Amino acid sequence: MNSIVCLKEVPDTEARIEVRSGRIVEEGIQYVVNPYDEFALEEALKWQETLGGKVTLVSLGPERARESILKGLAMGADEVYHLAEDAFQGGDAYATAKALAAAIAKLGEVDAIFCGRQAVDDDNAAVGAMLAEMLNLPHVSMITKLEIAADGKSAQAEREVEGGKEVIHTSLPAVFTAQKGLNEPRYPSFKGIRQARTKPFNTWGVTDLGLDPGSVGAAGALLEVVDILPPPDRPAGRVIPGEPADAAKEVVRLLREEAKVI
Amino acid sequence: MGNILVFAEQRNGVLKKVAFEMLGLGSQLAAGLGGTVEAALLGSGLSGLPDALGQYGASKVYVADDPALANYSGEGYTNTLAGLIAKIQPAVVLVGATFMGKDLAPRLAARLGVGLAADCIAFAVDGGNLVATRPIFAGKALSKVRLLRTPQMATVRPNVLPAPQPDAGKKAVVEAIASDAGTVRAKVVDVVTAGKGEVDVAEAETIVSGGRGVAGPDGFAPIRSLAKTLGAAVGASRAAVDAGWIEHSHQVGQTGKTVTPTLYIACGISGAIQHLAGMRTSKVIVAVNKDPEAPIFKVASYGIVGDLFTVVPLLEKEFKALLAE
Repeated sequence: MNSIVCLKEVPDTEARIEVRSGRIVEEGIQYVVNPYDEFALEEALKWQETLGGKVTLVSLGPERARESILKGLAMGADEVYHLAEDAFQGGDAYATAKALAAAIAKLGEVDAIFCGRQAVDDDNAAVGAMLAEMLNLPHVSMITKLEIAADGKSAQAEREVEGGKEVIHTSLPAVFTAQKGLNEPRYPSFKGIRQARTKPFNTWGVTDLGLDPGSVGAAGALLEVVDILPPPDRPAGRVIPGEPADAAKEVVRLLREEAKVI
Repeated sequence: MGNILVFAEQRNGVLKKVAFEMLGLGSQLAAGLGGTVEAALLGSGLSGLPDALGQYGASKVYVADDPALANYSGEGYTNTLAGLIAKIQPAVVLVGATFMGKDLAPRLAARLGVGLAADCIAFAVDGGNLVATRPIFAGKALSKVRLLRTPQMATVRPNVLPAPQPDAGKKAVVEAIASDAGTVRAKVVDVVTAGKGEVDVAEAETIVSGGRGVAGPDGFAPIRSLAKTLGAAVGASRAAVDAGWIEHSHQVGQTGKTVTPTLYIACGISGAIQHLAGMRTSKVIVAVNKDPEAPIFKVASYGIVGDLFTVVPLLEKEFKALLAE
């Protein structure tokens, strides 16, 4: 049971995002492992404990992402392939999936590929399914439960849908994207943190993957960002004074007569 | 020619509201692009649905009605839609950013070799091309994007764009298309529905949400009760979900769902930045919190400083009185 986990470094969800002249201000941002990728990695590690095999991280991101990748290794992944070259950066979901697909194809036989359901910076929620299509594999997105057959040939997953869930059976290899609720990601142990720095940390460039530099990263993007804007300000709200009963009555009146939503 | 193809999602013979919203959007875009709006309808047992799509503005509906498409599958729906798109060559393909659409659209885009603008909330036409606006960082910023290949493909966030008024006089041309489900390796074997009549936060017009202030799983009782009175969905902050008081499917925010209801009532939610990101585009926000300094009051249209266990039942009483009028 060999798994590949795609891991991305993103700004902490508690980070304040500031936009200046059409760009995100990067100074002062704390970076973390994309929270959904932690669920993806935990799931791979969990099945490694049961079925054996190897867990390999593939991460596309700048040199800066090294600390987050080390956290993935400290959690228990066996090795990493980091696509750190500048040519890989700044792509859209398509260009990113293309580079990851090439890296995964080069790694050879794999039984399951785990991604987070989306990265919490770009919010595309697209790379997992694109990757599956490019590798000609089935995919199940936003899984909240996974059972892999003992022979490692098939799996049954649950995914959340509006007002319920779908139960999906798939052959392996397949791509799964992890939704919150799938598991509780482990914290790296002291031993894990110590060992992380001794694990194989490989770096692949565009030529290692046999890709044309024009087909990945910003040059390969099929989506062009024209502008980035701060969200519109909400009009200042007001606190309704008075005793709770009076305030509740007044708010309900305002919802009907002023906001006209009831 | 710039025809627009809308993927008209249905489950169990019921069309998603976002399909109508996209037909309205498509009609506007078609005016700028010089084409018509068409719809693709996939599933099994779909009689009656093409007529509804026509009334909402589709000039033509391509229908793949086949038991093999009864349950959604990323592969089966991609195969069928890719065949249709190759044949009719639309300029724009719109898919709802629902659980199904978010699963389908990226796979289809990769098959077609085109980019994808995901979860868009606004569109414009500039020089014959789409410019789509999409929230990033869960709404902490907005990104305006252009798609560099044809068809220009986007998913559209539900509940943001107005659905047009249906016109009973309008009729769509209906064309049956080949359903080429092909080999489906990831197959739905069961669909389990949650509690009866429970509204999902992602689709709700009204949401009543609880946070740390509910103080335990039982603390959601007044929130559920108010939600029931209003026909609303029950939402929750990350604090309440991480404490194990309610399931993750209720979570609103950056690691939950981003929502755009007409009315969002936040009870005992302080307003952490990652929660605000997920609900700040709600049309009207009501906040109930003990702490007058809580950041939630900065985004609330109307705030009440007080204990939710006192205030929420009072709100419910007032709503009941109003709804009984």
